[in-house]
Amino acid sequence: MTTKQRDFLHSLWDFFCSLKLTMFLLISLSIISIIGTIVPQGTPPPEYLATISQAKFQIYKALGFFDMYHSWWFILLLYMLTVNLVSCSIKRLPHIWKIISHPTLVMDSGLEQSLPNRASFETAERPDALKEKLSSFLEKEFSRPVVTEAAGAWHFFAQKTPWCRLSVYVVHLSVIIIFIGAMIGSLFGYKGYVNIAEGESISRIQSRSGKDIDLGFALRCEQFSVAHYKSGAPKEFKSILTVLENGRPIPDYTNVRVIVNDPLNYKGITFYQSSYGNAGDYFFTVSAPDGKNEIPVKLNSNESATLPDGSTMHVIEATDDVSKFVPNLSGAAVQVELHSPRGATEKMIVYANHPELNINYAMEHRLGVVLQYKGNQKRMFTGLQVAKDPGVWVVWLGCALMVVGIYGAFLMSHRRIWIRMQNGHVTIGGNASKNPASFEQCFKDLETKLKNNLSTEG
Amino acid sequence: MTSSLLFNVTTFAYLVSMLLFFAHMASRSKALGTGGIYVAYFGLLAQTGAIALRWKESYDMGVGHAPLSNLYESVVFFSWTIVLIYSLLDLKYKYRVIGAFVMPFALLGMAWAQLGLNTGIEPLVPALQSNWLTYHVITCFLGYAAFAVACGVSIMYLIKASHDESGQTAGESSVMSMFPPIRVLDDLNYRAIMIGFPLLTLGIITGAAWANYAWGTYWSWDPKETWSLIVWFVYAAFLHARFTRGWVGKRAAWLSIIGFAATIFCYLGVNLFLSGLHSYGGGK
Repeated sequence: MTTKQRDFLHSLWDFFCSLKLTMFLLISLSIISIIGTIVPQGTPPPEYLATISQAKFQIYKALGFFDMYHSWWFILLLYMLTVNLVSCSIKRLPHIWKIISHPTLVMDSGLEQSLPNRASFETAERPDALKEKLSSFLEKEFSRPVVTEAAGAWHFFAQKTPWCRLSVYVVHLSVIIIFIGAMIGSLFGYKGYVNIAEGESISRIQSRSGKDIDLGFALRCEQFSVAHYKSGAPKEFKSILTVLENGRPIPDYTNVRVIVNDPLNYKGITFYQSSYGNAGDYFFTVSAPDGKNEIPVKLNSNESATLPDGSTMHVIEATDDVSKFVPNLSGAAVQVELHSPRGATEKMIVYANHPELNINYAMEHRLGVVLQYKGNQKRMFTGLQVAKDPGVWVVWLGCALMVVGIYGAFLMSHRRIWIRMQNGHVTIGGNASKNPASFEQCFKDLETKLKNNLSTEG
Repeated sequence: MTSSLLFNVTTFAYLVSMLLFFAHMASRSKALGTGGIYVAYFGLLAQTGAIALRWKESYDMGVGHAPLSNLYESVVFFSWTIVLIYSLLDLKYKYRVIGAFVMPFALLGMAWAQLGLNTGIEPLVPALQSNWLTYHVITCFLGYAAFAVACGVSIMYLIKASHDESGQTAGESSVMSMFPPIRVLDDLNYRAIMIGFPLLTLGIITGAAWANYAWGTYWSWDPKETWSLIVWFVYAAFLHARFTRGWVGKRAAWLSIIGFAATIFCYLGVNLFLSGLHSYGGGK
């Protein structure tokens, strides 16, 4: 390696170890993240696109603003934060480790001068007794001391919770573990969505990235229902689901109740109640404008039917009581969309109780057919969010570590006490890694107790 | 006795407490400061009773749930947590004048809730029917409240610091002498954030746990989630700057004020201006 290369590596290392970089990254991430809370993420809705110009749309798209949290520059910042965090920890950890594993056992005058809390006094105790007393005092009132003899003096060193100095590195580690968990999830897991009509079963789902996934078992929707409060607000969305393997129901997974906030988990795949809708059939009769050639037509809510005159129709909305919308009419009605072979589109309402209105409408609009609504058969479908995330436990482990680390980093402190005993002269000093005010009080209490413990008279 | 009456008593108590703290600051009368804190304690007690009563009332209505479910209830709870954190601070440090900078936040919350928001008890929609709601809301709002206290203390810091720099005239110094020394204010700012940051962390984690439990995704970059992360980044920057670069004093005070502005945006701005999963703000 040439000097130049070494210089480069050195400055690269310094760059990644710098706290300026940390501050820069934290503040940049904060500011940049705002973009994604203003610009809608995913496929932008048409209402939003109407508010921005085509040029702006192209720029946003090129910059990845519509999926900014997965854009290369956002991910790059996250990677840099990770490298920064690891480098800073590697750089500082050995020093901290040394403080913990090789504590300074002897308080020389240099250390003494640097300590915020110190006191000294004379005692008339005999050296042997004094040594014994100091030792047992520290053990009883603070923690078990290490006793060393140096330069004609006896030194006592005692400390509390030295390992809490590692807490901040536990927090850093926890961030990395959370990132690893997220990566495991995105590499080995998937998120998807599936609709199942009542009485039907599925064994494959579409993932969000468009992949067709075989579940390895089948899931049947036995029933879906919605309960309401008196006020009309929804109270409960409930699916009754059964897991089937090779067409046979699994005993413990038969007729399982799944509601919002209470999902079903089977073989690591979880199903969440997410939406619902009508999958029922609508019944019509279709005739020629003169009433002849009447035939029945059955139509599912999400399919369209071709009528004898070549036009196609599908149902947009249905109601059991049309009087809510048109006060002087009664009975059921549906709104349908009719596409004539000539390419015209007609949105119309077909009534069950008012056949004459349906005929009039067909006449007025010169339709090729007359539609009569004959009612519907209710059948619901349940919409389930499907997720498999083998990394989620790693994420929770990271979160738990973070909580423990933050507790240690903020609420615990490494407290140290040194005592030097030389020619009847006792010097006591101490410091704490955090909360110096509280330690000052603790130190004063110790000092008073120690003085009372020793006879100061000759 | 209804919870609504007690909430009005609370609002009035916070108003009186704030005015007493103002008078205390202006007159330097110790008794007024003591009066201010006792009225604040009384208000806190009344509000605690009111929240408990509202909880019970919701059960009487047959839609029982902890009163943490809509904008009104969250604003009331926020105000409660601010006074709670301030009371704990006062028990320890007894700097009465801080009340003049913290009680206005609590009063503002209560006044807005009582006068401007829908106070009705509503049943829980399916998405909120979970115990995670309680853990998530309590941890988040205790964190927010600690940040509110830190912000109030930081404002005091900036006033006091700029006064100290400009050199005092006799009249002003009487008010300024009521303020704790800037060293203490700086330390209090840091301490409040040291309480708030772990609570916010817990709030984000409980939120993620809940989202994972209810939707199968612990993080979906929803605007509320993103803003909570922004707030977390700002305070993480504050702590790193303080621990390792010695950012104390004015710069720390400004970071704390920016952090609280981001907190308020995360809490209210996201609901009022942006759309997302936490849509309680829209249902006024």
